[in-house]
Amino acid sequence: MDDWLKGKSAIIIGERDGVQGPAIAKCLEAAGAKVIYAVTECFV
Amino acid sequence: MDPESQGHIKKIAESNGFSKDEIIVVLGASDIEGAEISAETVTFGDPSFTGPLAGVPLGLPVYHILEPEIRRAVPEAIYEENVGIWAMAADTEEIGKRFRAIRERVKTQKA
Repeated sequence: MDDWLKGKSAIIIGERDGVQGPAIAKCLEAAGAKVIYAVTECFV
Repeated sequence: MDPESQGHIKKIAESNGFSKDEIIVVLGASDIEGAEISAETVTFGDPSFTGPLAGVPLGLPVYHILEPEIRRAVPEAIYEENVGIWAMAADTEEIGKRFRAIRERVKTQKA
């Protein structure tokens, strides 16, 4: 496993019909990144 | 990308609290063309010229959650649980190729 995400500050733009913000946040936090903004957008 | 998100990202990128080297943007859009437009927005500025990032090239490194680069850095079980189903359905190599190309363009413009 690479550790390049460790210490990064992550801005997350999830999508309601794709991968949502909280799911991305869990992955990035588990990789050692800090989530500084996360949103799930909805395109209709 | 909606104008509210653009405004938040602009504020974060321009604040003194974060170095641009430590910030990354990670997208989750299922539609690759839509994801590319969002990626362009946080690197070269809002292409539709409607949001706060119109004409503002932040140059932030942008990734897609389904890219191999991101997957390699996330513990396998966590990735599977949260993203696995999307990773199975998408052409992750193609997504990686397109996002790498955008990041390369950012580097070229910075140089």
